[in-house]
Amino acid sequence: MGTALGDGTASRAPEKRVIVAQASRGDRVFRGIVAAGALSSLVLLGLIALFLIVRSGEIFGRFGLDFIFSSDWTAGAEADGSDSTFGVWAMLVGTVLVSLIAVIVALPLAVGAALFIEFYLPERLRSTVRMLVDISAAVPSVVYGLWAVSIFSGAASSWGEILHRFAGWFPLFGVENEQYDRSPFVAGLVLAIMITPIITSVSREVFSRTPPDLVNASYALGGSRWGAIRNVVLPYGSSGVVGGTMLGLGRALGETVAVYLVLNLVFKPNLRILESQGGNVASLIATKFGEASEYEIKALLAAGFVLFILTMTVNMAATYIVQKSSPLES
Amino acid sequence: MTDVKGHEVTQMVETQEAPATTGGQLAGLEARGIHAWFDKHHALEDINLFFPANTVTGLIGPSGCGKSTFLRILNRMHEFIPRAAMAGEVLLHDADIYDPSVNPAEIRLKIGMVFQKPNPFPAMTIAENVSAGLKLAKLKVSNRDELVEDCLTRAGLWKEVKDRLDAKGGSLSGGQQQRLCIARALAVNPEVLLMDEPCSALDPGSTLRIEETIGELSKTMTIVIVTHNMQQAARVSDRCAFFLADGGPGRLIESGLTSHMFTTPTDKRTEDYVQGRFG
Amino acid sequence: MTDIDLQPIPTPIRPWRVTPRRVAPQIALALGGTLVAMAVVLLTPLAGFDGWLLIFVPVSIVGGYLLARGKGAVATTDAMVANTVVLVAGVAFYPIVSLLWTVITQGLDALLNWNFISSDMRISGPDDELNMGGAAHALIGTLMMVVIATVITLPLGVLTAVYVTEVRGRLRVVVRFIIQSMSGVPSIVAGLFIYSTVVMGMNRFSGLAGGLALAILMLPTVARTAEEVLKLVPDDLRSASYALGAPQWRTTLFVVLPTVRSGIVTSGILGVARIAGETAPLLLTASYFTATTFSPTEGPVASLPVFTFNLLQSGTEYSFARAWACSLLLLLAVFVLFTVARGLSGRDKR
Repeated sequence: MGTALGDGTASRAPEKRVIVAQASRGDRVFRGIVAAGALSSLVLLGLIALFLIVRSGEIFGRFGLDFIFSSDWTAGAEADGSDSTFGVWAMLVGTVLVSLIAVIVALPLAVGAALFIEFYLPERLRSTVRMLVDISAAVPSVVYGLWAVSIFSGAASSWGEILHRFAGWFPLFGVENEQYDRSPFVAGLVLAIMITPIITSVSREVFSRTPPDLVNASYALGGSRWGAIRNVVLPYGSSGVVGGTMLGLGRALGETVAVYLVLNLVFKPNLRILESQGGNVASLIATKFGEASEYEIKALLAAGFVLFILTMTVNMAATYIVQKSSPLES
Repeated sequence: MTDVKGHEVTQMVETQEAPATTGGQLAGLEARGIHAWFDKHHALEDINLFFPANTVTGLIGPSGCGKSTFLRILNRMHEFIPRAAMAGEVLLHDADIYDPSVNPAEIRLKIGMVFQKPNPFPAMTIAENVSAGLKLAKLKVSNRDELVEDCLTRAGLWKEVKDRLDAKGGSLSGGQQQRLCIARALAVNPEVLLMDEPCSALDPGSTLRIEETIGELSKTMTIVIVTHNMQQAARVSDRCAFFLADGGPGRLIESGLTSHMFTTPTDKRTEDYVQGRFG
Repeated sequence: MTDIDLQPIPTPIRPWRVTPRRVAPQIALALGGTLVAMAVVLLTPLAGFDGWLLIFVPVSIVGGYLLARGKGAVATTDAMVANTVVLVAGVAFYPIVSLLWTVITQGLDALLNWNFISSDMRISGPDDELNMGGAAHALIGTLMMVVIATVITLPLGVLTAVYVTEVRGRLRVVVRFIIQSMSGVPSIVAGLFIYSTVVMGMNRFSGLAGGLALAILMLPTVARTAEEVLKLVPDDLRSASYALGAPQWRTTLFVVLPTVRSGIVTSGILGVARIAGETAPLLLTASYFTATTFSPTEGPVASLPVFTFNLLQSGTEYSFARAWACSLLLLLAVFVLFTVARGLSGRDKR
């Protein structure tokens, strides 16, 4: 009895107490309301997918995968659609093509502009230029479209012509008709100009949040401004740049009005970027919507569903990549 | 490499070689008539101080007395603070480091710095962190692994990390991170090493290790260390300089051999401070 | 120590400051490059600003290299990168400046007529001169739909933010992920969704449908901004409230939210800036009507972006002038919203 050390019970670690807090009724009601509000976004996203697929189910049922992989879009006169054929392949190809051009052009411009604002611009000009970029990122796409139609597309088509003259042997830059305007190249550049401020704005923000400790360390080791940027700022900000790029890509994939205004809608898959034909899913919907029969509307809803899935996939992948590649994870 | 003239300002970069240890003769660092301002605020007034080669000088004084600002002036880190200004000159090998013809990056290569908070590059491995300075300054080195080992050994970290040189710098403990930062500063072979309260964020064990390291390093370089801790100043420094702001800009009250400063200071305020009556 | 006080205080200097004298070579290079490029444009078939740029970029890069050479590898690379960054930024900003400049100069034409604000297009057509007709119907329509969207979105967005930061519910990771993904929903898809539900259900286009479509696009912006704002509230504040025995709902409602009042307003403003110019979803939901309407449920309603879009398609000279003026109105709205948001954003911190 006296030797408690030996029997093992006395030295056993105490069990952890689980702390239970009984929430008051007010708190339970409060949490319920807040949760309901927060989950509305979840419900909404589900409803979007559900309604688009239900209302267009007939189209997917009839055409199956052909709706995605064929390029014929013929709306017949019959109300039951028996003489209609719908396929969005050409539009999907166009969507991806135009968006890729936009991102490839916009990314280096945006990173350069973001570095310029944060590390090269004199400090007293910085806040003004930041605001200018943020405003440009919020300029409506119809304004970009108007500017593109009246000012920019002429210059862009002449660049296309120059590109064809010097690099026409390369399949991407070949053309059948020497027209050059309203081509994927022009539309891609317009989208690039549209998304450059978006990517710049996001990248600039993450660059400006680089820990000053690390920048100082780089300078104190005899590093130049570029040394600090390459060794500290870019690795630290890369996930933010990826995030901004994905945001821009998402905007480009779903852009309607600007593409509608500067791109010829042709239902033929086209990878020659200087050719005056192309299209994207969003502008297809805007183009056909006005005069569509009830049956064609269903096909447009189906096209919208395909676009929805495409952009959601890109977006979720982007969110995942950004969370994974953050250099300060560990 | 034998006389003062041999160390031309550009020599370090042009030779493209970073020897692991230096056998050359070191010159001291001299600050003449240093003032500092932050916008309109006059932070430091007329500091004249000489740091002899191969000595450890402790800069002591209560917070806000401008000792860290003074340290940052010594390797041109002061100019990264917006609206900062200065006056006076800092002489390394009799040449003013603030001369318009001088490239500040090359000055920082010769006058290294260790910061208050450990700041290893989080995306780099331990080995990459040590050689980061070489990469930044585009210095070639014949045997990188040897240099990494040598610097880590001198910083007193080699035994602890030799098996995980490919781990990220951020995975180390605070004290280890600070020693990694010291190793990183050593890799470019500076002539002077500035340390801004290097132990203030560390535990007593790590502090002791770093103090030992400082003693070893002073054989090959000139060290200036800012510290709040009187015992530390007494332990590691050969010379001391006492700064005090007293409502106005920070001033140098007294400087000299540490033994004198702690036992027979000439100024009453120094005596009060080192004996812990204020600050 | 009075002898130190008697010393004259030297003037503060900044030896690191970039002085005109030090950048003189760069300025000379920029001027030289400009002149060379202009000469090439004048003397060869290369024409216009594009041709000028085509010559200027390589000239300034090569010239920049020659200037930076001989200062050591690090300094040369640094200078070359600096040149490139400035050039790239110039190329990136040029279209933006061109767009803003064009909208302002072209837009003033129609906007300077009072009737552009005060009357609608009920009795005016594309060929009518600028002293007739206007955008009143579109302004009122946009206002109506933005108000509908804000009334729906602001509470939902704040609730979402409170769920993520205050309640910290079990599904907060999912909710954040969904909100993040929702910001990628193409605006035309939001329009299609409302079309397939509200418009098909009511059997007509309406301002309500337009407002609902805009709300879908506005929600992610409001929720994310509100979340950022709530994260800035220090935990001490919550602890202080809990330590006084307040339940969570009182803490949130009477302590946390009031401290970020202007931040919440900012989130709403940024949301409005995001949707005010949306065209595609309104084409499918509110459509367009030439006359001013105040009812959100009785048929199509005009909006500034859709009006602009329609003007563009009719293609006459006066239509374009009106389209530029509408664009200027949209730009002004965005500018005002951002200025107000920036003015507010400093308030909560203190």
